[in-house]
Amino acid sequence: MQVNVTVNGVEHAADIEPRMLLVHFIRDELQMRGTHWGCDTSNCGACTVWVDDEPVKSCTMLAVQADGKSIATVEGLAKGGVLDPVQQGFMECHGLQCGYCTPGMMMTARALLDRNPHPSDEEIREGISGNICRCTGYKNIVAAVHWAADHPATSEVTA
Amino acid sequence: MQTPAPVDYAKATSVADALAKLAEHGEEARVVAGGHSLLPMMKLRLARPDALIDINDIPELAGVRIEGDEIVVGAMTRHRDILDSAVLAEHYPVFREAEKVIADPIVRNRGTIGGSMCQADPASDLSAVGSALKGSAVVVGPGGSRTVALREFHQGPYETVVGPGEILTELRYPIRPGAGSAYEKVERRAGDWGVATSGVYVVVSGGVVTDCGIGLAAVGADHFCSPEGEAALIGKAPTEENLGAAAAATAASCSPHADQRGPADYKSHLAHELTLRALRRAARASQGA
Repeated sequence: MQVNVTVNGVEHAADIEPRMLLVHFIRDELQMRGTHWGCDTSNCGACTVWVDDEPVKSCTMLAVQADGKSIATVEGLAKGGVLDPVQQGFMECHGLQCGYCTPGMMMTARALLDRNPHPSDEEIREGISGNICRCTGYKNIVAAVHWAADHPATSEVTA
Repeated sequence: MQTPAPVDYAKATSVADALAKLAEHGEEARVVAGGHSLLPMMKLRLARPDALIDINDIPELAGVRIEGDEIVVGAMTRHRDILDSAVLAEHYPVFREAEKVIADPIVRNRGTIGGSMCQADPASDLSAVGSALKGSAVVVGPGGSRTVALREFHQGPYETVVGPGEILTELRYPIRPGAGSAYEKVERRAGDWGVATSGVYVVVSGGVVTDCGIGLAAVGADHFCSPEGEAALIGKAPTEENLGAAAAATAASCSPHADQRGPADYKSHLAHELTLRALRRAARASQGA
């Protein structure tokens, strides 16, 4: 079945089986491996991407359902070689250990800050409650989101 | 890797188009809304439809509006839009309180009220709310549309009155001026199904409860409600003693089963305690406090 999607502003077309999940389409068809594939049951949030500007768990959506829609993945967060403040915050605050949950965490955090530029601790924790960090590094993840809220201007890549 | 079995797929552009596509694909076709129950079941082969008819892009099926003395919620309205609805928050805070503890914000971006109702999980929060409010469902099929009371909508666990070739299009809830409402849930961890839940509305007028509805999920309440608990409260003053007696009658009307979420006696205890807490808050809200 033919599917046409825009991913991070770039148009892609592919002929796929209707049963293909969006996460596999992004990783295997488009070869974009930034989006992680985790629990497969819509619990862990590692596969979080945006579909038409809303975070969704891409393991629980068929790729054909995204036909004609606009998708944003973690590869699109940095703009012109400049990290998004959320990415910079994860660096500054050690917001990751193994890094498996990180792409989903950052996509969720960016969406949260777009809706609520200065969230409280509680609002951040509620906001990322659909993203599980099995290293349990939540304290630093919350700090990283605060850092991003406090530094809304994008920063030069320092890594 | 969990992947659904091969399946046909068609995107419907209107309710009429969805009905035509359902008819075309036969009895083994299934409607897919948010997909957050159906797709996981397909991965596990607990569901194996021949075809999916996608109703996500039918705008007429989404949204919350007031029509006469009812609030109408389209079947494709997503959890997040119910959580954010000013209309629902004004008339029935029970919706917002329930939605805040349904899954997580990302799942709520995708999951829908119609999908949740049709999945008919015995722990479904919105089924408890719908039965508490004595709402109704509009089901459309090849022969036209019919309206079914939500207290008759569920035929058993994971079974509803929606037949093959039919689509749930709307949920309707009567507006009750002066009603207070509340939702209480105990869950093992954030975003989980409830161990037990209770959602209620109460109308207090002239110092007595003139109307109320009690809905429960995950505790084996027939049709997600307790007419016994309601009967125990109607006509009585909303005193702690009377609310407690109604909560006790409610718990006695439930038949919870022991499972991985807890033993039966614990769930009975929760049915009592959560109903009491919800009744207290709803009665207080109805009296403007």
